Parts: sequence; structure tokens; C-alpha cells
Amino acid sequence: MNRRLLFILPLLTLVLMAGFFAWSLMAGRDPASIGSVLVGRPAPRLEVKALRDGEPPLTDALLRTGKPAIVNFFASWCTPCLAEHPLFTRLATRDGAVIIGVAWKNKPPEALAWLKRLGDPYKFAGADLEGRAGLDWGLSGVPETYLVDGQGIVRRHFRGPITERDVNETILPFLKGGR
Amino acid sequence: MTRQNCHPERSEGSFLSPQRSLGLRPRDDNFRFWALCVVMLSLFAFPASAVEPSEMLPDPALEARARDIGRSLRCVVCQNQSIDDSNAEVARDMRRAVRERLVAGDDDQKVFAYMVARYGDYVLLKPPFKAGTWALWLGGPLVLLIAGVALLIAARRRKPLVPPPSLSDEEQRRLNALLKP
Amino acid sequence: MIPELGHFALILALAVALVQGTLPLLGASRGDIRLMDLGRTAALTQALLVIVAFGALTQAYVTSDFSVANVVANSHSAKPMLYKISGVWGNHEGSMLLWALILALFGAAVAVFGAGLPDTLRARVLAIQALIGVGFLAFLLFTSNPFERVSPAPFDGNGLNPLLQDPGLAFHPPLLYLGYVGFSVTYAFAIAALLEGRVDAAWARWVRPWTLAAWCFLTLGIALGSWWAYYILGWGGFWFWDPVENASLMPWLAGTALLHSAIVVEKRDALKSWTVLLAILAFSLSLLGTFLVRSGVLTSVHAFAQDPARGMYILGFLLFVTGGGLALYAWRAPKLTPGGMFQPVSREGALILNNLLLCTLAATVLLGTLYPLFLDLLTGNKVSVGPPFFNATFVPICAPLFAALCVGPYLGWKRAEIWPALLRLRVAFIAAAVAAIVAATAIDGRATLAALAFGFGIWLIVGSLSEFGQRLVRTGFRLPPRASLGMTIAHAAMGVVVLGAVGTGAWNSELMQTMKPGDRASFHGFDVKLERVEGLQGPNYVAERATLLLSVGGKPYTVLQPERRLFTVQRRQVAETAIHTNLLRDLYATLGEGEAGNGWVIRLYYNPLAPWIWLGAALAALGGFVSLSDRRLRIGAPSRRPAVQAAE
Repeated sequence: MNRRLLFILPLLTLVLMAGFFAWSLMAGRDPASIGSVLVGRPAPRLEVKALRDGEPPLTDALLRTGKPAIVNFFASWCTPCLAEHPLFTRLATRDGAVIIGVAWKNKPPEALAWLKRLGDPYKFAGADLEGRAGLDWGLSGVPETYLVDGQGIVRRHFRGPITERDVNETILPFLKGGR
Repeated sequence: MTRQNCHPERSEGSFLSPQRSLGLRPRDDNFRFWALCVVMLSLFAFPASAVEPSEMLPDPALEARARDIGRSLRCVVCQNQSIDDSNAEVARDMRRAVRERLVAGDDDQKVFAYMVARYGDYVLLKPPFKAGTWALWLGGPLVLLIAGVALLIAARRRKPLVPPPSLSDEEQRRLNALLKP
Repeated sequence: MIPELGHFALILALAVALVQGTLPLLGASRGDIRLMDLGRTAALTQALLVIVAFGALTQAYVTSDFSVANVVANSHSAKPMLYKISGVWGNHEGSMLLWALILALFGAAVAVFGAGLPDTLRARVLAIQALIGVGFLAFLLFTSNPFERVSPAPFDGNGLNPLLQDPGLAFHPPLLYLGYVGFSVTYAFAIAALLEGRVDAAWARWVRPWTLAAWCFLTLGIALGSWWAYYILGWGGFWFWDPVENASLMPWLAGTALLHSAIVVEKRDALKSWTVLLAILAFSLSLLGTFLVRSGVLTSVHAFAQDPARGMYILGFLLFVTGGGLALYAWRAPKLTPGGMFQPVSREGALILNNLLLCTLAATVLLGTLYPLFLDLLTGNKVSVGPPFFNATFVPICAPLFAALCVGPYLGWKRAEIWPALLRLRVAFIAAAVAAIVAATAIDGRATLAALAFGFGIWLIVGSLSEFGQRLVRTGFRLPPRASLGMTIAHAAMGVVVLGAVGTGAWNSELMQTMKPGDRASFHGFDVKLERVEGLQGPNYVAERATLLLSVGGKPYTVLQPERRLFTVQRRQVAETAIHTNLLRDLYATLGEGEAGNGWVIRLYYNPLAPWIWLGAALAALGGFVSLSDRRLRIGAPSRRPAVQAAE
């Protein structure tokens, strides 16, 4: 009996592996997406020079005001950022969201020109030319967006442009409930 | 205008996917050789050992440590490369951060922890040994152990060689007769 | 017209394969000789048809027929002819057609060279081979048709990935596929044996040449891929533990184990179920590799276009082939008669250890490659498994393997003593110890793993050669049979590869500087001067080329001209490294970014013993081919003999 078991073992291993493969294929997993390890933890430090002239630099205090905030990393040279921009504009104007924008590896004049052309939804805006803030926030590119609640805990992370669905299903409930 | 690490909606692929490492640093405009080409899309940046002379630390011991650490950190926007091998912007940033932490006096463990705090275990090319990865680390030796034990059991279980029964006298006589030349 | 002909030929081939896959099986179980012989005719016909199909696609590429969608997607009129041809298999559909071609050709080879096989066995083998062919042909025709037309035909194609316009990589897939498909023949033999209910020495003797052939080609294919990565990627690495590389390493490990295990079946009628299992696994791992590359479940620098639908098909096929094989194994293998007994210390025991260690290595690679996927699915956590993991788990197991490798040939069958064998290896042991000490003191300055590995490399070479030498002396300087000669060559070649890997992996050095034309640097006794950097135009690219003059003691030694090429159609950048080799070391130069004002980043590497990696691999394949040419492996006279040929 034991001997039989040994002979079935390879088949069982195969079935197990194939199950995983099938699951992976059907789940439509993107092997390149790595999620964010920041979710559920206090937000990393945010020390970024202001993008717009005359404004004070961004600090962590902006994330612990008691009101939920959206942190959006963007750049003028990035096409998907263009796609998601109108959604942020609407969130800012219609829903009164506090959005902190960080121009990642973007020369400030270019970022400002882009915002001038498309509209500026950001209550606070920073310029992270060297990418240090991006590194602190675990950025692998732009656009990436983080939802930070009033106590400074990161609640959600979006890698890539946000969609209408994200806004309705996740961001709006977050803004209302802070979670 | 250059395009760097952009998150597209869906990755396009072809044989030998171009998604290895996107991105360049901003370049000077007066580069006449490329005048023929439209340098708009992300140029396929092949993974040459991408550490640049300008990044290297003056202290050779620290630089050697930085290289060792760099070889063990994964470039998060590339497909299977270390940050030392990638031209990507993020890889460059990470290399710079590693060197800054080393200059600040962190030991190797702290530098790795710094990166893991930001990017998770994914960034370590040598997976950590913790509950989630026991199966990974112990799997190979376990296979060896189990197979070895199975073999031993199989060997023990084998019926010992039984010598053939001896011939009776009659049979022995017949045998001798047959074997006579 | 011709692509349609090719398409039609493919459809016919599928029909023939269906016939070949069913009727001979029926004939074998009934003893109907006509149905069994149908297998041979069908195999030859199928091969002919697939040759026609492949020829049709090649013709479309060679004439740049842009009415064929596949040609449009992957070719361009400006491409050099060699790469137009290699472009045939440089894409998903074409490479699947290449698979089908090689499958059919191997089937035909079994039909032609397998005349000495018993009819039932041959019929079954051809049938299984055909069924596998059905899978690939159906996949081609229903999901990946290379002959689809496009209308109106565009004026020119989309060019080929510039990375593929390279001689090394052009021939890497065919060699690899020859290896993978070769293992399909051993798989077919294993299934046929299980169906027949009999695994014996004769079967092992028949399986050996096919296993050897597959193993040789796979070795060459992997080596070529590694060499390509070395000279194209720009920093002297040659193995990256990338999932697709691992996917080719696993069948190689299983195939090596199979090769050695089959010897025990042949000589001592033992280890039958393990050998059959290895035969099934070797091909299954080949299919797994195909799945991993084309389905998109893993990220890899090598991956083909990700297509989950195709992935599901291949997974289904994999399940059918492997699952079917393993199910048959679970059912039939316990009934195989156990073979000869032996002591633990014996040739059989050594080969069991060899099997065990190779299988552990394969399991380690499999685990490391697939673990991130499984963990992610189960827990959502993401980990990376890279070279540091494999260096910590794979490399240590090689140590007992290499140690035992030289001892094995000295052990007798059934029962042997370890100490006399070790004594005869004392020269090798001393040589290895000396080499390790020299490496530790003179090169590294301290005891390192590299020095130890260096010692192992010397142990392998001297150990194999001393066994050969002692055998020569013992037989009065008569040349041993080719199989033994092949073994010596292959085992020594492993040592050469180890030395090369240690040399270039542990003892290489790098010069990296920003240089302007006229600047000089000093490196490893060479005086390096950047003469100039110029722009130039190639057939389908523009490039920057640097000219580096290396001199020794004032006398010019060599000129290295690394380039950075921009392929205009695809807008991709590729580095052309410049390598100078004297077969003992490589001088390796790459050109980085830069411009006239600030200078260019020049990287120069000194890679000791690097050529030995690929020379060693080629030597190992040579050993395999020498072994293959052994007359004793030739299947006997074509006359039909009723009884099974028993091994002597």
C-alpha cells in the first residue's frame, strides 16, 4: 500500500501544480504588479519642496489633519497621468477632496505648464525632481496614488491610473468614511 | 522630451519582451547622432552593468559593499534584474539610496531593511527565511531526505537473496552426467 | 499560393498524425502487423508534410511575402537574409511550427532507424509520438496559424526584434527544440514500455541513443543561449537563474539523470521504475518550459507574448501528456519486475546517488522558479527568488555530486569497495587540493568558496582522465569502447565548465571610466586608449562606435570596437560588445552613454577562463556524440526477429 502511494505521488504533485497554474491564468494575474507594502502602516515621511512658487514645502503634518487625503504621484511626460487627471479634477471640485500632488522626476516648469493647461486639482503640490520621495513611498513609476486617512495611515494604493470604477467604488467611500 | 517609468494599462509584449527596463535620464538635446530618430518612446534600455562612474563611492570598501548589496536587490520595474544591472530610473535612485545609507554608516542589514520597508520582501533577490518561505528554503533538502529515506526503506524491505535449494543426490548424478564433455 | 499549400500540408499532417496515433496502438494490442506497419508509413508521410509546411513558411520569409500576417509582424525587407530565415522561428507561431517539424522528423527517424525494434514497441512509440504531434499541430491550426493572410498586404513588415538579429540567438531555439523533442521520443518509449508492461535491458539499450541525442542537443542549446546572454547583455554574466533559463535547465538535469539511470537498467535490469519516471519527467519538464515561456504566468526577460488563452491550451496539453503519463506510471509501474540486487556501495549505488542528487537539483530549481507564483496566489505576498537563492541552495548540492562523479566509474557492479576506488584517485585528489590551495592563496588571498570550487573543477578533470589512463594501461593501450571514451570526455568537460564558471564569476575585474577621445587608462597590464567615437549607419540601424586601442609595453595588442546600436524601425537600443579572447580569458568592452562634451562611459572587463564555460559545454556535447557513435548502440539488422533482443 505504501508503495502504491509512492507511485501516485508524482501525479498528485502535477495536479497540484496544474491547479495553481490554472488559477493563475484565470485570475488574470499581472505578474509584474507588486502591490504596496505600505498599506495598513503609517505613511512614510513626506518632505518635498513645493511645486508652486511661494508655497511652503510639503510635510507629514498634511497627512495627519484628521481629514482623509489623497496623495497622487504624477508627471507631465506620463500619458496615463493625462488619462486620470480629469478624475482628480472632479474629485477636487465636486467632492472637495484634499489631493496632494507630487511631480515625480518632472522639471517644475514643465509640471506647472502641464497643470496650467489641464487644470490644477491639487490643494498642495510638491516637486520631487530627484525621486527621493518616490523612493520613500515605494514608487515604481507614475502614476501611483495613495489614500491616507486622517490619522496618517495608508489605506489604499493604486498602481497605474485610477479609473471611474476606482473613484466610485473605493475613493468616494474612503473620503466619506475615512477608510 | 523623454519618457521614463510610466505604468501603462496593459503591457505589450513580443518575443523578448521590451519591458526589461524602461527609462533614461534626461538627455542633452544636442546629440546629433540621434537626430534621425524620434526619441519619444522609451528606448529599450538593455541591462548593461548600469552603475555609472559618477555614482561610485570614493571609498573602495564601501563601494564594494554597495555593489554586493546592489546585486542582491531587485529592480522593481524590470523583469528579473538586480538594480546593478538595470538602467531604469528607479534602479538608479535605489543605487543612490544604498550608497547614501552606507555612507551614513548603516550596516548591510539596515540597508536591506530600509529597502524592504519601502518595497516589501519583493525587492530582495534572496528571499528571507520566514514562515512564508520555509517551504522554499527547506523544499530541496526535504526532497533529498525523503527520497533518501524511501530508498533506504525500499532497500531494507527487499527480500534477502535466498540461495537455491541444494540438489538431491539423484539430481546431482544427473547433473554430472549432463555436464560430462 | 505557397502559404496555402503549407497550410494544407499542415492540415493533412494533422490527419496523418491522428491516424498514426491511433491505428498502430490498436495494431499493437491486437498483434495486427499491418496496422503496426502503418505507423512507419504514417511517420514518414507526416514528416514530409510538415517539411512542406515549414518550407512554405520559410519561402514566405525569404521572399518577404508581406501578404502573410506572420511575415509582416516579424520580418522586414531590410533584414539580412540569415535573419530572415531565423525569423521563421523567432516568433510564437513559427517556433511552434519548428516544434512540430522536429517532432515529425524524430518520428520519421524512429521509423527509419528503429528497424530492429520489436514491432509492437515501435508501433507504440510511433503512435505516442504522433499523439504528441497531434497536440502541437492542433495548437498550430486552431490558435496559432502561421499562414494567415493579411489583405491588403502592407508595403513592408514591422521588423524583427533587434536582439534576435544575432547569430548566437538565431540558432539557440532549433538546438533547444531538438533537445526538448528528443525527450519526447524517450517519453514515447517509456509510455510504450508501460503499455507493454515490460521494462528490460533491451528497452534501455534502445532508449539510450535517443536520450543521448536529445541530451547533446539540449546541452548545446543551453550553452548557446548562455553564450548569447554573455556577449549581448554587456557585463559578462552568463547565467541569471531567469525562469526561462531554469525552464531549460530542469529537463537537462532530468535528462542527465535519465541517461545514467538507463545504464543501470541496461546492465543490471534494476532501477526500472525510476528510469521510466525520469523519461516521463524529462519531456514533461520540456513542456512545462514551453508553458512558462508562452503563458505569461511568470515575468521573465525572455518571455514570448503573454496570452492566457494560449496558456490554458498548453496547460491542458501538459496535463494530458504528463498527467496521462504519470497516471499510467502510477497504475503500471508497481507491476514492473524488480531487478538485480546490489550493495549500497557499488556502481548501482553510485548511480542511485547520482539520480538522487540530480533530482534534488531539479526540484530545487523548480521550487525556486515557481514559488513566487504559488505564494502570491495563496497569500498575496510577493517574494523574489534570484541568483542569491540558487547560489545558496543549488551550488552546495553540486559538491557531493562532483565528488561522487569521479568515484563512480571505479566501482564495480553489484558490490564494490570504496577505499580501493578512492586510492586510485589519489592523484586527482592531490591535484585538486593543490589547485584549491593555490587559488586560495595566490588569487583570492584567503580561503573562499571559489577556491574550493576551483579544486572541484580540477578534481573532475584529473579524476576522469586518470580513470581513462588507468583503463588504457590495464587493457594494454587498446582504445576503450566509444561509450567509455564519451563518458570520460563528458565528465572532464564538466570540470572545464566549472573552472570557467569560477574564473569568470569570482575572479573577473572591471574598469569603468568616463573617457573622452584621447584619454588613456591602465588595466591588467594593458594600456587602454580611447581613440575615437564615431557614428555609423548599418543596414537597419544607426550606431555609435568606440575604438579602443589596447597595448602592452608600448606595442599594440588589439583593438576593441564596442557599439551602441539604435534600430530605426523598432526604435530599440542594443549594445554590441567587443570581445577579444585568447581562449584563456576574455577582454570584454562595452560602450555606455555619453557625448562629445563629457565623454563616454567605457567599461572593460577581464574575464579569466570565461571561454571555458562554453568550450566545456561543447566538449560535453562532443562526448555525448562520441558515445552516440558507439557501434554497440546501433539497432541491429533490419530483418524481423521474433524474440526480444536480450542484452549480453
